[in-house]
Amino acid sequence: MSTLHTVNKSPFEKNSLADCLGYAKEGSAVLMYEDGVYGAMKGNAVAEKVAAASGVKFYALGPDLKARGISEEKLAEGIEVVDYAGFVSLAVENDKVSAWV
Amino acid sequence: MSETIKKFMYLNRRAPYGTIYAWESLEVVLIGAAFDQDVSLAFIGDGVYQLLEGQDTSESDMKNFSTTYKALGDYDVTKLYVEKESLEERGLTLDDLMPLTWEDEDDDWAEKDSIRLVSRAELADVLDDQDIVYSF
Repeated sequence: MSTLHTVNKSPFEKNSLADCLGYAKEGSAVLMYEDGVYGAMKGNAVAEKVAAASGVKFYALGPDLKARGISEEKLAEGIEVVDYAGFVSLAVENDKVSAWV
Repeated sequence: MSETIKKFMYLNRRAPYGTIYAWESLEVVLIGAAFDQDVSLAFIGDGVYQLLEGQDTSESDMKNFSTTYKALGDYDVTKLYVEKESLEERGLTLDDLMPLTWEDEDDDWAEKDSIRLVSRAELADVLDDQDIVYSF
């Protein structure tokens, strides 16, 4: 069973990302969107936690990154940028979706 | 009408697009600017994200209000405090923020920086010195 976890809150305002990472198993995917995309930036206080999540694939929604001024070079390593169609594909490819709102 | 000038501080604590707080703060600042008071803005916590350079909402159907910060100088809003600790926690430096300036009419219209990088302790003193603090 593979799960797509979605996170849409800033990691500095809520603990949604930290909670999600605590439950994301190997082989699962985490998609950051809306204010959740701040968790995809390199060099911030949560970057280590994201990097330490082994076997978890991370995605961030491109239009939400762009709106917030987060260019590709500001992203942490291993974050794949997807568009809205990519969001839908992830939801379809995984067995279920867990939304950490 | 009283001629007393009070010190107004708008404390911006949230990221720009996920909630309406940042935009609402700007609206209130611009309205307040019409009353010739001593206005300051501070950006702490996720509020520093409001000033990130290069915001582009063309793919997300939201209004890009980040350019409004560049107009604040024209409304005599020239004191924008940015907290150092909040930038550091987010892996950011002043170079990641929009350059924001104002023109000083008492100094031959010299262009001056609006952003003042301050520590949390320094900002605490600035807040302590205010008459009114609005938190967004």
